[in-house]
Amino acid sequence: MYPSRFGYELPKTVEEAVALLDASGGEAKVLAGGQSLVPMMRLRFAAPEMIIDINGIEDLHYNRVEADGTVHIGALCRHEELEDNAAIAKAIPTIAAAAPLVADPIVRTRGTFVGSVCHADPQGDWAATMTALGGHIVAQGPKGKRDIPIADFVIGPFQNTLAFNEIAIEAVIPAPKGVRVGNYLKLERRVGDFATASVAVTLDMNGDTVAYAGIALAGVGGRTINANEAASALVGKKLTAENIASVAAEVAAAAEPRTDHRGSADYKRQIVKTFVERILLGLLNTSQKAA
Amino acid sequence: MTSLYDEVQAAPGEGVPTRRVTIKVNGADRTVDVEPRLLLAHLLRQGLKLTGTHTGCDTSNCGACTILFDGRPIKSCTMLAVQADGHSLETVEGLASASELHPIQEGFKEEHGLHCGFCTPGMMLAAKALLDKNDNPTEDEVRWALSGNLCRCTGYQNIVKSVLWAAEKMRAESK
Repeated sequence: MYPSRFGYELPKTVEEAVALLDASGGEAKVLAGGQSLVPMMRLRFAAPEMIIDINGIEDLHYNRVEADGTVHIGALCRHEELEDNAAIAKAIPTIAAAAPLVADPIVRTRGTFVGSVCHADPQGDWAATMTALGGHIVAQGPKGKRDIPIADFVIGPFQNTLAFNEIAIEAVIPAPKGVRVGNYLKLERRVGDFATASVAVTLDMNGDTVAYAGIALAGVGGRTINANEAASALVGKKLTAENIASVAAEVAAAAEPRTDHRGSADYKRQIVKTFVERILLGLLNTSQKAA
Repeated sequence: MTSLYDEVQAAPGEGVPTRRVTIKVNGADRTVDVEPRLLLAHLLRQGLKLTGTHTGCDTSNCGACTILFDGRPIKSCTMLAVQADGHSLETVEGLASASELHPIQEGFKEEHGLHCGFCTPGMMLAAKALLDKNDNPTEDEVRWALSGNLCRCTGYQNIVKSVLWAAEKMRAESK
């Protein structure tokens, strides 16, 4: 299968790309990694009149950790560049844990972090990770840049709040309030399949007290599930087996799974509960060993 | 010079815009005019007649179309041919020299790493990408590296053995 006809532009700067988007009047799509867009075009789920390929904008190809721990991920940072990346692993353990689980190793050489967040697939690992981390997307349009908090960015299945003439140029994850720990667990029948359930957990620890807690889910609803409210019950407390069990139950209740060939809704909820407990108990054990 | 979308029509219709691209394929520069919607896998197969790159699934799942793009593995059915302009590609046709098989090809022969052979080109290029970075992988690392490539003859056991065989041979040769 092949895509329907489209015009193709290869801008060299973000400004040029934005001008092209603006001139398209909403009929253009930005091509970064293309690992979701190209298959969708082949299946004719998407038929843009114009493709604006941003792979020529080398300025967008970066990931970096600032001295204070703030992390910037540029629009052309590929999934594999976040794997085996010591600086990222130290700054954001949840990203390091999720990176090797995104799609498959070949897709990871091309697909991008920011593109995946923009795609807002309810199955997407990075939209869930960003939701747990509470970062923001920097969008650039004809009138300049604006920051969009992730909760206002991913608003539904395959829906983000970019205007038609804006490009998501980077994802920013704020500096931790203390020491950032976290993990990502995903149950899939085989590599590259849609997940049965995925859980992203991140905590900022001030000594043994939780200063920030974020939890989000993928694969268990028609959208990325934001369970940060349930997670916030941990803030200001020490982790204990009791509050972990209670938060895990709350997070499982926030999931919106549907029964399908990957399992019943109850089964998926149980997986979510188990994964939240497993991650938090793991973090508790690690911190006790360190103490 | 090739000007095509074979699966649509032999040449783009009148007035259909094309772009001229130059791509290094297995070491040789190839210049072609392509419609932007032409997929890289189709350029290789129909335009350049390099039919060793297979297309299996149409959904970016199977990895049969895996090639190396500037040394890294990609699914060539999930990239537009125009995106390869100025880049260097390696396909299965680039593995063997005139007289000798590549050690990875030898490994697949020695360890019976194929049944029908459809997935083999993609498997071998994914294996090459692994061995270029890690000349002494564990069985587990080989399995993870090949996890984006499907074999429907259920031949994974021998495929993994083939790659380990090749790794050993390549280490011995580099000493």
